Amino acid sequence: MTTKQPPPAEQWLDDHGTALYRYALLRLRDPDKAEEAVQETLLAALQAWARYSGNASVRTWLIGILKHKILDQFRREAREQGLPDPEQTVAEDGESPFNTREHWASRLADWGDPEAALQDSQFWRILQECLDRLPPRLARLFVLREVYEDETKEICQELTISPTNLWTMLYRARMRLRQCLDRNWVG
Amino acid sequence: MLTCKQASELISEHQERPLTRRERWGLRLHLAICISCRRFERQLALLRRALRQLAQGERVNLPGPELPPQARQRIRRTLAEQSPHSPE
Repeated sequence: MTTKQPPPAEQWLDDHGTALYRYALLRLRDPDKAEEAVQETLLAALQAWARYSGNASVRTWLIGILKHKILDQFRREAREQGLPDPEQTVAEDGESPFNTREHWASRLADWGDPEAALQDSQFWRILQECLDRLPPRLARLFVLREVYEDETKEICQELTISPTNLWTMLYRARMRLRQCLDRNWVG
Repeated sequence: MLTCKQASELISEHQERPLTRRERWGLRLHLAICISCRRFERQLALLRRALRQLAQGERVNLPGPELPPQARQRIRRTLAEQSPHSPE
């Protein structure tokens, strides 16, 4: 057979709609935006069908397209909303985990085997909850860096901040996530 | 000697940039005597791995909401309109 079948877009929606929606919702956190991202992904997939090589599974291919759609959305929002005010995030951080001598106020718990954690559905559920609790703008910055592995340089250029400023905000995001997991997953 | 706060900042920044020789030594020394900071370092490493797995879509089968039927309908309609092979 030399020509491809017409793109089975409805089949994609039936088979992968929910998977795409969950993926989008996890990142965009807004049902309307997630729906829009799924729709844009399937429309883009229709256009790109001729270039689909069949090497990756259809789901992996669709997720790849969805990732770009979400990243575009993130960038738009990051530009529109501006950045978290570093001073303000300090205030939002609440209780410091350090004592006055800048040592941990109490000994950190052992989280055990990382491989076991990554197999633990509890861990993933709580990670999602903890991500949801980050202040939205801080979360967005953090996800650009950690989930999409954007280069520091690109993020700084795009958002016109200094690397030092970015590192400080990433540190705050990590501290909060760590503390949240510690309380809700380990504890 | 580094405080735990300073050590934790270096551990976080080490995910962003190479540390200077001086910072590396300071951190190594601190980690040798501080079990909490050793645990902190492992915890951040786990966080990073977990977040990257999220990006790769390996966890899309996470329990979560279904695509709502109305949304599915709306998308289906749009696809039908846009599909190059849709009947006239």
